[in-house]
Parts: sequence; structure tokens; C-alpha cells
Amino acid sequence: MKCDFADSLLQGYFDGELSDRRAAEFERHLGHCDHCATELVDLDWLSGRLQLTPIYEPAPASLRRTINTHLHPIAPTRPASQPLLWQWLTAAAALLFIAFILWRVGPELRSDDYQAELAGEIVDAHLRSLQPGHMTEIASNDERVVKGWFDAKLKFSLPVRDFARAGFALNGGRLDVVEGRSVAVLVYEHNGHPINVFVWPTREPDTSPRTGSRQGFQWVDWRKDKMEFCAVSDAAPADLEQLHKLFHSSV
Amino acid sequence: MGELELEDRERFEQLVLPYVDAAFNLARWLLRGRADAEDVAQEALLRACRFFRGFHGGDARAWLLQIVRNTCYTWLEKNRPMELSTEFDEEIHLQACATPENLAIAGDDRERLILALETLPPRFREVLVLRELEGCSYKEIAAITSLPIGTVMSSLSRARRQLHSALANPTQKGAVREV
Repeated sequence: MKCDFADSLLQGYFDGELSDRRAAEFERHLGHCDHCATELVDLDWLSGRLQLTPIYEPAPASLRRTINTHLHPIAPTRPASQPLLWQWLTAAAALLFIAFILWRVGPELRSDDYQAELAGEIVDAHLRSLQPGHMTEIASNDERVVKGWFDAKLKFSLPVRDFARAGFALNGGRLDVVEGRSVAVLVYEHNGHPINVFVWPTREPDTSPRTGSRQGFQWVDWRKDKMEFCAVSDAAPADLEQLHKLFHSSV
Repeated sequence: MGELELEDRERFEQLVLPYVDAAFNLARWLLRGRADAEDVAQEALLRACRFFRGFHGGDARAWLLQIVRNTCYTWLEKNRPMELSTEFDEEIHLQACATPENLAIAGDDRERLILALETLPPRFREVLVLRELEGCSYKEIAAITSLPIGTVMSSLSRARRQLHSALANPTQKGAVREV
């Protein structure tokens, strides 16, 4: 039976937006109106669904980084007003020295920076995935099912292998965003530890695995056949190394 | 954005940056996708930075979300005008993707909820997201959406009703509500 009480009062009461006087008035009404009582239960059910299901999507790290870069641009250097000859010479010598150093160790440094930044994002993505319901979009231990799901969504062909016999059971996969691009994530489990393996195409040459840890998580990253892989987990470093070997020998 | 003085920049970081998640989440639900949401949320944040001198205190979250919302609608008008023009034709919208079949085959509860929410017209979706996920008051929602409070309340009520029926009767068989 539909009730005469305005719908907005019911909403306002539920959302705690009524004045005390109006709320008391509504409560008196509620005492003898089945319709409004049922509607309140429905509102509560719906609100619970919306708030308890993990659907709130926090900003990706790449967005924060872009904003930060905009907020802290590299300050332009001001040229000296009346530079003396020796100041120029000192500056030139210093520049030559820096150029030399950069030439020798630059690639190494850049690569380390890149690696650190990448590891940061990967660990962030791993943390996000640990929230209930965020780990897999396709939950399956069937290589073909998981591969089929990815093939329909990715522009590259993703190698999908289940290593359950070696103790690394395939649990499924999902798409994620790292460094502003879509990446595929294969989800494994090893002795109760979830392992995310992020995979994306690269143009860089193959590399041997690099490892590191961040915020208590281990990561190992390698490139093979124009694909970059980065596995991250709270499992022991040796476990990740084993998973890398399994990948390396099968893919 | 170099035009922000150091003092303004610090204030911006203190007052506005805590709501980057809220900005992204609203854009994600209005645009129904992460990639577009990131682009648009970024544009909105850069705008907020540019207009920050015009912000004289008050509710920084509502101020930012208002910019995010406007940027989203401008983007939708340009890129997906159909979504806005059919928004009040609820029947058409319902047929688009939250058919009982689609809802029934959607894997788990979370997927069903996302699908049902994404099927709501944008103006319903935004009031629900602001109220239920962001915890905004009616007054804040009215400020963010530039709608009168009465319209906020009626949109919220209709949005909830639609979402409830989409979730409670996924197969449209029988009228038993799972409560």
C-alpha cells in the first residue's frame, strides 16, 4: 500500500537530513506505517550494498604524479648578470665533468630510477588488488579460459601458464593500469601468498631478472621476447625467483 | 601552472590534493571507465589549480568535485552526446545493458552492482555516488551539481528505486525482494 507521506521525508529521514522536529514527526508516522517501514529496510539494504562492496576507485599513482610534476616544475636557472671569465671557465669545466660522468654511468642511473618508479607503481597496484574483490576479473585456473579472456581485451598475445604442479597455482587474471597504460595481470597463489605477475609489451631488449623490495613486498622484473614481466608478492624472494624460472623456461 | 605562488601551492596541496581520490572516483563513475576518468580528472585538477586563487576557503572537496563534474559533462557532451540526450528516457537506458539477462550472467555481486550502477542515467549515478560513496550531504550535492536541493532529493530517490529494482529482481521473475 502506497503511503501519503512524501517520499522526500522518508529519504531525508534515512539520510539524517531532517530537522529534529520533522524527524520526530516521521518517527511517529513510522510507528503505524508498514509501507514506510519496508521502504526504510530497502534503503538500508541498498546503502549497505553500495558501501560494503569495494567499488570506490582510488586515483592511480600516475595521476598523482602528473599533478605533482605540475605543482613542482623544475625552476628555471637565472643567468648571472656579469659573469667573469673564470666563472665561465669553472662552469664549463664542471659541465664537462658532469657530462663525462653521465656518459659513463647515466644509463645505469636512469634505468635504476625507472626501475624504482616502476616498482613503486607495481607495489601500489598490488596493494590495491589485495582489497576484497579486486584480485581477479576472470577467476579460473584454466589456462585456455584465462587466455581467451585476455585475448578478447588485449592488443598483444599474452602467454598464460598454470604452474600448479610446481606449487604456483593460476587463480585468474585482470587488467590493471601501471604508468598510465593498461597491463595484463596474471594472478597466482603460492603457499597462501597471492602473487601478481604484471605483463606488458616492450621494445627493449631482454634482461636478466632484477629484484628488489618495497613496503614489505618483493618484486622481480625481467624482459623476454619483447614482453616485460614484473612479479610482486609478500612471498619469499626465492619463491619469486622460482616463478621467474618457471616463466622463463615455459614462455 | 607555474603561476601558483609558493604559498598558494602549499595551500592547494593541503586543501585540494587530499581529494584526488574523490575526484578520480567521481570521474570514473560519470565516464564509466578508468582511462577516460584519468584524463578528465587530470584536466579538472589542472583547472582547479589555475582557478585556485578564486577559491576563498569553504568546502574544498565540493569545490573540486564541482569542477570535476563540469569537466566530465563537457567531455561527455563532446564525446558521447547520446548518453546525455537519452538520460531521462529510462526505458531505453535500461534496455541498453542492465537487461535481466546481463545482470543474471554477471559473475559476482560486485560485477552486478557495477553494471547496474553504470546503467543508471548519469544524473542519477552522480547523486548516488556522491551520497553513498562520498558521503556528501544534500547541501553539498546541490553545490557540486548546481541543482536545487529538491531536485537532488528526487533524483536520489529515483536513482535508488531504479538501482534497487535492478539488483533485487535480476531475473524479473516473481516479485520477491531479497532483503
